[in-house]
Amino acid sequence: MDYMTLRLIWWALLGILLIGFAVMDGFDLGTAALLPIVAKNDEERHLALHTIDPVWEGNQVWFILGGGAIFAAWPPLYAAAFSGFYLAMFLVLAALILRPVGFQFRGKFEGRMRGVWDAGLVISGIVPSLIFGVAFGNLFVGVPYNFDGDMRFHSTITLLSLLNPFALLVGLVSLSMILLHGAAWLNHKASGVVAERARRVMPYAAAAYAILFAAAGFWLIQRDGMRITMIGDLNGPSNPLLKTAATAPGAWLFNFYSHPALWLLPLAAFASAWGAVLLRKRPLGAFLVSACVPLFTIATAGAALFPFLLPSSSEPGMSLTVWDASSSKLTLGIMLAAVAIFLPIVIVYTGWVYRVLRGPVTMDDIGGHSGY
Amino acid sequence: MDIVELSRLQFAVTALYHFLFVPLTLGLSILLGIMETVYVMTGREIWRDMTKFWGVLFGINFAMGVATGITMEFQFGTNWAYYAHYVGDVFGAPLAIEGLMAFFLEATFVGLFFFGWNKLSKVAHLIVTWLLALGANFSALWILIANGWMQFPVGARFNADTMRMEVTDFMAVMFNPVAQAKFVHTVSAGYVTGSVFVLAISAYYLLRGRHGPLARRSMTVAASFGLASALSVVVLGDESGYTAGQNQKMKIAAIEAMWQTEPAPASFTLFGLPDLAAHKTNYEIRIPWVLGLIATRSADTPVPGIEELVGIARQRTESGLIAYKTLQAIRKDRNNPTLRKTLDEHVDDLGFALLLKRSRPDVENATPDEISRAAASTIPDVPVLFWAFRLMVAVGFFQIALFAIAFYLSARRQLDRYRVFLWTALCSLPLPWIAIELGWIVAEYGRQPWAIVGVLPTALAVSSTDASNVMFSLIGFFVFYSALLVVDVMLLLKYIRLGPDQTLGHPVVPPVISTLNTAEA
Repeated sequence: MDYMTLRLIWWALLGILLIGFAVMDGFDLGTAALLPIVAKNDEERHLALHTIDPVWEGNQVWFILGGGAIFAAWPPLYAAAFSGFYLAMFLVLAALILRPVGFQFRGKFEGRMRGVWDAGLVISGIVPSLIFGVAFGNLFVGVPYNFDGDMRFHSTITLLSLLNPFALLVGLVSLSMILLHGAAWLNHKASGVVAERARRVMPYAAAAYAILFAAAGFWLIQRDGMRITMIGDLNGPSNPLLKTAATAPGAWLFNFYSHPALWLLPLAAFASAWGAVLLRKRPLGAFLVSACVPLFTIATAGAALFPFLLPSSSEPGMSLTVWDASSSKLTLGIMLAAVAIFLPIVIVYTGWVYRVLRGPVTMDDIGGHSGY
Repeated sequence: MDIVELSRLQFAVTALYHFLFVPLTLGLSILLGIMETVYVMTGREIWRDMTKFWGVLFGINFAMGVATGITMEFQFGTNWAYYAHYVGDVFGAPLAIEGLMAFFLEATFVGLFFFGWNKLSKVAHLIVTWLLALGANFSALWILIANGWMQFPVGARFNADTMRMEVTDFMAVMFNPVAQAKFVHTVSAGYVTGSVFVLAISAYYLLRGRHGPLARRSMTVAASFGLASALSVVVLGDESGYTAGQNQKMKIAAIEAMWQTEPAPASFTLFGLPDLAAHKTNYEIRIPWVLGLIATRSADTPVPGIEELVGIARQRTESGLIAYKTLQAIRKDRNNPTLRKTLDEHVDDLGFALLLKRSRPDVENATPDEISRAAASTIPDVPVLFWAFRLMVAVGFFQIALFAIAFYLSARRQLDRYRVFLWTALCSLPLPWIAIELGWIVAEYGRQPWAIVGVLPTALAVSSTDASNVMFSLIGFFVFYSALLVVDVMLLLKYIRLGPDQTLGHPVVPPVISTLNTAEA
C-alpha cells in the first residue's frame, strides 16, 4: 500500500474514531446534560444515570483512543491542536475528570453533597459537547499559527478568539445533536416518567439541531474557505512547509460542487434527526437512527474540510493537511494493523456487554444499588 | 518560573497524583480475581462477599485513577507540543495501542464487574473480573513501553525531511529491554501496594476485633501474593539496575554518587554525603563488588563514573554540532548527497547539540566553554537521586520482611495473635506509595536534562504557549486533584469504618454458620 493511500485510510479512521466518540460517549454526555429536564427528584436522577452507569466508562475510552490515535497517526495535529486550544482543552479535561468521580461518588453521598455531584455531572455533559463543537467550528474559521524551521508550533490563539460567532454556532449544533442523542437513549433505556420526558425533548432537540446545522451551512457559503494552490508529491515526507494554500470565498463547499454525491451526507443528517423524532414511539429504532446524526454531521464536516486537518488563518501554506501532517509510512501501517486486529474485538465485547444489560432500567433496578 | 519549569512541575504533579491510584488498581484487581476464583471454585459465599467489599474500595480508587489518567493522555499535546511533534511517530503508537487493547477492555468490564452480579452466571462474572485485571495490566505494559523508550530510545532514527524521530524497527520499541524490566518492576510494585492495602485494613479489623473471618482470609491472600510480589519488585528492580547500567550509565552513576570510574568490580555506597562542588562523596560506607555485579553482571567490567561520562557527553556534543550544522545546510540544499552522508554519520549525537539551545539559539556558534557547560548539564541531581533510591530500596526490603512474617503467621493460623504485628501491618499502609513515588522520581527526575535520553532535551520539548496559561492549568489541576483526593480518602475511610457487613447490607459470615443458616431456612 502506498503512503498516500495509508494517509487516506487514516483520515477515514480519524473520522470513524471521532464518530465512535460522538455516538458512544455522545448519548451519555447527553443523558447527563438532560438531567435537570428529565429528572425532578433524586430517584429519577438515579434512574436516569443508572441507564449509563455500567457503560459510560467504556464509552469514554473512545475519547482517550481518539487522542492516542491522533498522537500516533497525526503527530503535528496532536501538537498543534491541543497546545493551540490550551485553555479550551483544560476546560474539557476538567469537565471530563468530573465524570468518573461523579458517577462513582454521587451514590456514596446524601443530601446536598449528592446534589453537588449531580450538578458536576450535568456540567460535565454540557461543557465537552459545546467545546468540541466550538473546536470543530474553528477548523472552518481557521486559527492563527505557523511553524518555524525546526517545525516548532507558534500560535496567537486565545480562548476568546476561539469563541467567535461561527464557532459558537457550531458549538450549539454539537450540543443540540448530543441532547437529541441523549434523549433518544433515555427514551429507549429509561422507563416511566423519565423516558416520557426524554421523548418530549426529542422534537425540540431535533428541530434546534436542524435549524442550527442549516444556518451553519448557509453561513459557510458566505465565508472564506481554503484550498491548496500548489503541492508536490502526495507520497512525500510529512512536512507542512513544502506546499502553498490560499483562502477563497466559499471554498469549504468546493468539494461538494465537484462531487455532488457528497450532498447526501448533510441530507442524511437532517433525515436522521427527523427520523429519530418520527420513530420515537419505537425507542430502539429511534436511538439507532439518532446515532446516525453525529455520524453524518461529522462526515459532512470532514467532506467539507478535506484535505485540511487544521487550517492556519495567518499562514495558509502551513496548514496541516492529510498529505503533510501524518506519521511515517511505517507507523501508519503498524497502527492500521493494530486497529484492524483490536477494534473488531472491542466492538464484539462491547456488544456482548450491551446484550447482558439489555432491557429498560426501572425503579426496581435501582433499589438494591444504594451502596454499590 | 519560566514555561519549562511550569510545564515540568505540572507534569510531575499530575503524574505523581495519577500514580497514587494506578498501583492500587493494578494490585487490587488481581486480588479481586483471586478472591472471586476461590468463591467460584469452593462456592463459599464469604469469598464473594470479600470480592464485593474490596470491590467497593477498588471502585472508589479506580474512579480517581481514570479521572487523573485523562489528563496524561492529552498533556503531551497541550504542554509538550514539540515533544509530540518530535517523537510522536514513535511514542504515540504505544499510547494509542494502550487505548485500543487495554483501556477499552478495562473500562468496558469495570461496569459489569459492579453491575453484573445479578445479570451474569458465576463463571461469566469471574471472567469479567479477570478481564478487568488483564486490561489494567496490559495498560501498564503499553504505558511502560512508551516510557521505556524515553529512557532508552531504540528502533528509531531522525528524519531530516520531517525534522523528527521516526520508527525504523517497531519490534525493537516493543521489546525494549528497559521497558520490559520497568513493566515487571512496576506491576509488581502495584501488586505489593494492593497487598499492603488489604493487609493493613484487615489488620485494623483484627485489632478492633471486628470482621475476623473476612479479615483473616483477606490477610492470607494478601500475605502470599504480597510476598511473591515484594520479592519480584526487588529482584526485578535489580534487573532495572542492570539495564540502566547498559543504557543509562549516567543515571546509575548519579544514584551511586560515583564521581570517578572505579576499577572493576565497583563497590556499592550504602551511605554517604555527596558533595556537588568538590565532586566527591563524604563519610562513605561502601560494600565492595556489589554495584559492579548489579550493573554489569560481571566482575571485570568497570562501571563508568560521572566525570568520565561528562567527557563522553562533551565529545558527543561536538559531533552533534556537526550534525546540527549539516542539518541547517540540508534545509537550503535538500538533495545534496554529501550533506546527507555527513548527517548520517553524526545524527545519533544531534540531541547533544540541542542541549546548547539553553545557552544560545544560534547553536552553531557555541564556544568551547558553552560546550563544556552543556556536557556538564547532563549530570542529574545527585543528592536527590542518591537518597530517593536508598529510601525506596529500604522500603522494598522492609516489605519483604513484613510479608514473610505475615505469610509465616498465616501458615500457622496465628494472624491475630500478635498485636505488635497487626500494628506494624497497619502502620505500613503508606509505605508502598512512598516507595513508588520515590521510584518515579529516580526514574524521571534522574532522566534530566533529557525528555528522551540523548535525543531531545526537556527544555526544548515544551509547547510555545503562554507561561500564564500553564500557571493557570497547574494551579487548576493541583487544587482540583487535591480536592478530589480529599474526597477519595474520606470515602475510603468511611467504607473501611463501616466495614463489610454494613457496606454490603448483610452480615458477612464464615461458611460453617452460613450452612447452618441455609439449613434452618
